[in-house]
Parts: sequence; structure tokens; C-alpha cells
Amino acid sequence: MRTAFNEEILKIAEKDSRVFMVLSDIGYGEIEPFAARFPERYFNCGVAEQNMTGVACGLALEGNMAVTYSIANFPTLRCLEQIRNDVCYHKANVKIVIIGGGMAYGPLGVSHHSTEDIAIMRALPEMIVLAPADRIEARAAVHAMMEHEGPVYYRCGYKKEPDIHKCSIDFRIGRSIEVRSGTDITLIGTGTVTYRVCQAADLLASRGISARVISMHTVKPLDREAVLQAAEETGALVTVEEHNICGGLGSAAAQVLAEAGAGVPLRMVALPDTYIHEVGTHDWLLDRYGFSPRSIADTAGKLIGAGV
Amino acid sequence: MTETSIVSYAEMAVKIRAHCLRMTHRGRSGHVGSMLSMADILAVLYTGILSVDPFNPGWEDRDRFILSKGHGGAAVYAALAERGFFPREWLDTYYLDNGKLSGHISHHVPGVEFSTGSLGHGLPVAVGMAIAARHAGAGHRVICLVSDGDCNEGSTWEAVMMAAQHGLDNLTVIVDYNRVQALGKMEDVIEMEPFAGKLKDFGWAVREINGHDYAEIESNLLELPFEQGRPSWVLARTVKGKGVSWMEGTVACHYGAVSDEQLIQALKELGVEA
Ligand SMILES: [Mg+2]
Repeated sequence: MRTAFNEEILKIAEKDSRVFMVLSDIGYGEIEPFAARFPERYFNCGVAEQNMTGVACGLALEGNMAVTYSIANFPTLRCLEQIRNDVCYHKANVKIVIIGGGMAYGPLGVSHHSTEDIAIMRALPEMIVLAPADRIEARAAVHAMMEHEGPVYYRCGYKKEPDIHKCSIDFRIGRSIEVRSGTDITLIGTGTVTYRVCQAADLLASRGISARVISMHTVKPLDREAVLQAAEETGALVTVEEHNICGGLGSAAAQVLAEAGAGVPLRMVALPDTYIHEVGTHDWLLDRYGFSPRSIADTAGKLIGAGV
Repeated sequence: MTETSIVSYAEMAVKIRAHCLRMTHRGRSGHVGSMLSMADILAVLYTGILSVDPFNPGWEDRDRFILSKGHGGAAVYAALAERGFFPREWLDTYYLDNGKLSGHISHHVPGVEFSTGSLGHGLPVAVGMAIAARHAGAGHRVICLVSDGDCNEGSTWEAVMMAAQHGLDNLTVIVDYNRVQALGKMEDVIEMEPFAGKLKDFGWAVREINGHDYAEIESNLLELPFEQGRPSWVLARTVKGKGVSWMEGTVACHYGAVSDEQLIQALKELGVEA
């Protein structure tokens, strides 16, 4: 997915001379084409994320679009106050891109697991929070992000996540995409874990349960209508996110449902509120923490009393 | 440097100091010592150095001035009001309910380039603005006023290194070097000396000046950049609380509010009617 991101940003930069890439010494093997094509719009700040974010803000306040880019928590948590005070308060046209959302960097360990990012970024006024599910969404999301005037957080995958879309999509910020239709329950996924949600829906279908699947590529602003419509039409919801159970997609959906008095059963498939110190590949960790298609399908089946 | 400009700087500085004393007295707020410390620098900047237009605050070719020590914002508000960016009456609402002016400097006020308040934020943004100006071939300058405390922040040094790496000679930092910070004197908190030497070693063109001598402030700022291809660093030696005898050089004047009697006494020392 990161390759898709870098290809699209390069295309946009060809057409729009306001695009700057502002890095903190991360991007090896991906960023070189941009650096070679636009050396005057490429700045490696060194390993200095606070300065990277401030510099991007300064560039943006002068009429440019600045993209900060690094892995996992480096461009978000290390420089959170710069994002809040400098970028968001000034509504600066800065795009914050992380590579490897969730546990994508698996065995690298806790420092490289971005598992509280959605909650933290969605708490910031002015911030848009994007987590595309596959490369097709990822490419479209880059364009939507750059067309949006103001701060955007973009949670990118790492590599080779399976595609969930077979054809071109209508990607709009704040408008979710129904990946498959269904009437008995709705599974809402965000980010690169969504392919497992689709696989869970296949399993449910084999058990005679018709599951709708929604890709919630924008966590903020959340697509309220899609959530409420799913509640009304399917009567039960499961949210799936590779993120701490506190404050992410599930929390956002629960808020919408509770405020609307929807009163439908809801389960959140998310990471427990703890650090994942077990060592393993991305896939191994996902399976271990309840994100296997079977586990997601079982959670959904139990929720509507269909057993497992 | 003319006699007249000296007089106008001195007059502006007195106005800034008097406004700051009245504003912090009315608001029962702190940081007046930090404001008085940089009043002379601001007087010269806003009277004789910065190219800004009160009738068009967003003028594209304006010099960009960022106050990184946002807690001293009232002093910039005072200078802006005196330059006609907004009515002087706004100053009366500083720190008050439904007021126009917050304790830390805000870009929602006409003439303010950037909001700060947490230290270490100004210089990275100034670096970004300087890069943008150079990229656009624009002639304006970026000037960032920082405090001692600002220079404790790692982010300031990240920006120091990047500015030198890119030879940003359209960027200037002025340090309000009063050697007093929130909890103590610099020698007891984090000693920065040899301060000028550090910056020279980091690749900046450095000058040390007396931050209360109008002629020295003006003549040096008129010579920017100090060197082609290097960012300029002005180490302005100042006295915290300058202009009010019992505040000068004290840690107490960082947070302490001004009482009714102190206000009268302080204004008398400035030669201003209470
Ligand atoms: Mg100080």
C-alpha cells in the first residue's frame, strides 16, 4: 500500500507545484522517485519529528501543501503537540502520513505498533482521519486528502495487503463504501484489516447468515448515516479495527448509535487495552488477537444468537 | 540611526511597557517580567525594522515575525495596537471574560503571524516559512523571537540544525537573553553558556548585543543577514522586568501579578501617568 501512496503523491506533485514532502529520515526504497523528481520540494529534516511537523506547518501557512511521512507513531505521537497547536489550531494544510498502521511492523515490537493513533488523531479539532482498506482505496484516498483544504491524518498500510475492491470506487471523505450487501448483521471495518472482515462475511454466508460489509475508510468525520442505516436495516453491528478498543472506530460508532437511541446489539473487535509484547508476524498477531476471519465470524454469529 | 528614531523607539518602548503593566494588572495575570524584558526589542522591530502594513495584515510581502515565547504576547499586542492593527481598547480586554486577547499570543488577532504558548514551537515553523519564502523567490524575511526557556526545548535545536543545513539567510532568531526562566536563574536550571559559541558551532552567524540599547538593536538588525548563506542569531542581552526597579532580574516577576500600588509605582518609574 505504501508503494501505491508514493506513486499517487508523485502524480499529484507533477500537476500541483504546492506539494512538498517533509520527512524525518524514513522512506527508504519508496521516497526516492519523489526526491529525484522534485529535489526542491523534498526536505529530509533528519530524525526530528517535531521540527518536521513545524517545518511542514510553516510551509503550509505560506500557501503550500506539506506531507509529513514516517512509520508507525513517529509522525504522530512524538510531535503530537506540534500537530495540535501548530497544524490543527492554524488549520494548516498539512497531511500526516504513517506507514504501517496497527501491528503491521509485527515483530519490530511495541514502539512500532501504531495502535492508539486513531483515537488520538480523531480527538483533534479540524483533523480528518483516513484509514484506507486496500490499494484501491489507498490511491483514491491520496487524491481526496490532497483535495481537502486542512489537516488530514492518513493511516497507510505497509505492503501487499489483499485488495477488497474489484472495480473502481467512489471515494469521498466521510462517505463509507458498502463492500457487500447483507441483511442479518453489518460488519464495519477500517484500515487494512478489512479484508479479514470480508473473509468473515464469506464464512457467515456459509453458515446462512447474510452479513453486510462496510469499509469505513474515514473514521472522522464518521459516516453517521451508514451506521444508522445499517442498525436499522440489519439490526446488529460488529466493528473491526486494528487499534486499541478505546477511542477508535468502535467508540465512534457506539457514540452515533447511543445518541440516536438506536438500541441495537454492538460488538467491537479491537485490541485489548494493553501493550502487545508478544513477538510475531503481522498475520500471526492478528490471528492471536481475535482478527482471524473465523474469530470475527464467531463474534458476529454469537451477537445475533446464531451460535458459532 | 537618527536622533528621531531613538526618540520614537524610546516612546514606543514606554508605551509597550505601560500597556503590559496595565494589562497584566487588570487581568491579574503573570509573565510581565518577560514582556518588559523584550519591550525594547519589540519597539525597534515594530517601529523601524519589520515591513508590515496595519491596513493589510496579510500583505504577501510582509516580514514574518513569530513570537515563540508566546507567554509574552501582551507586549506584541501592545505594539500592534500602537501601530494601528486594531483599536487600543482591545488591550483593555486582555485576559478577561469574553476578551479579545488571550494570555498567550493568538493568530486570531490582526497582525499576529502565529500562535504559540508552548515553548519550542516557533522556530521550526519559522524554518518552514523561510524555506517557503526562498522557494517562492520572495524577498521578505522571517524573524523569530525566542526566550531562554525556548532554548531548553529539543525542537528548537532540531530547527537550529536544519536552518544551518539549508543556509537559510532569510531567517533570523533573536534571543531575549535575560538569563531568568520560570523556576530560576539559568545558571541554576540549564546553563547555556557559551551560548554564542554553541550557535557559531551549529553554523549560524551570531552577534551579541545589548537588548536595551536602541542604537545597537537597530544597527544590527539593519545589517541582516549577518552572512550570506547562514541564518542569523542575535543574542540580545536583556534584563528580566527591565524598567521596573523591583522586578529587574528577579525570578518572581515571571509569574507574579501586579498589585494596585505596584502599578502606580511602576508607571511612575516609567514616567507615565497612572
Ligand atoms: Mg528568560
